[in-house]
Amino acid sequence: MNWQWFHRLGSPRWFYEKTDAWVPWLVILAWGLLLVGTVWGLGFAPMDAKQKDSYRIIYVHVPVAFISMACYYIMAIAGAVGLIWKMKLPYMVMKSAAPIGFAFTIIVLATGSIWGRPTWGTWWEWDGRMTSYLVLSFLYLGIIALQNAFQSRDTADKASAILALVGTVNIPIIYKSVDWWYTLHQPASLNLTSAPKIHISMLYPLFTMIAASYIFFTLVLILYTRAEILRRESKTQWVKDLASGVPSKGDKA
Amino acid sequence: MKFQFDSVDAFLKMGGHGAFVWASYVIVYAILIYLTLAPVLSKKTFLKQQKKLLHLQKKSPENSQ
Repeated sequence: MNWQWFHRLGSPRWFYEKTDAWVPWLVILAWGLLLVGTVWGLGFAPMDAKQKDSYRIIYVHVPVAFISMACYYIMAIAGAVGLIWKMKLPYMVMKSAAPIGFAFTIIVLATGSIWGRPTWGTWWEWDGRMTSYLVLSFLYLGIIALQNAFQSRDTADKASAILALVGTVNIPIIYKSVDWWYTLHQPASLNLTSAPKIHISMLYPLFTMIAASYIFFTLVLILYTRAEILRRESKTQWVKDLASGVPSKGDKA
Repeated sequence: MKFQFDSVDAFLKMGGHGAFVWASYVIVYAILIYLTLAPVLSKKTFLKQQKKLLHLQKKSPENSQ
């Protein structure tokens, strides 16, 4: 089996140059789909019989919730690859994923809280789903803090990777919390093993927003990783060439 | 597929839930815009600083490593 692609993945320069062409397309695709999904969900999806128009928050709350958990897995897997194969790039991806994941958890907690007020009559309840989600935001904060806590980059990366791996135990807890401790938060409306519990006219804009969120996440993870690559590789000739404007492959975003 | 509201006013008010819905979308879009712009600006600032640094090192090579 040809493992050349795997070794290439470990090269920050290769990643930086390769992703240069992807960025503009991802920007167009992510923001285009986000806008289409938002207009569709806000204006054209039918009103919910029980929750009335407040349910329209679903079009941002649920897709971002999906991504905030997927982001954690990517961060933990990147940390594990960095620990096992001692590659530089996965650690950069891991570090870049932490602030993105934290921002997503803030979105989920804020929109969930706002949605809870008209639906449940409260901004916050210490139920399983919300508490485990708050823990997820603390885990992301922990990784960000660890990245800044050590003088040695290597130690910071290893400590963050270990915390990221230990924290993966929280993701299945978040997922199953609505079944294990059913209080206020409703069980999942979408899952892989059963038919959706939402009408198709409401489902299409939701799928559009879910697709938009995944593409948006790919875009920002690439953007954050590219910035991190430059900071960490600042002593290398190719970054010096890039900074001094020597023409080479790769620099738009 | 048709627009679900009779007027712009009804669209903004969303049957009394407008404040909740719009506040959510404002928060989401503010954070998404920040996530898109922050790394781009950080990269640009870094490259500018590096360019200045390289320029200074060229001017006084004895001070550079």
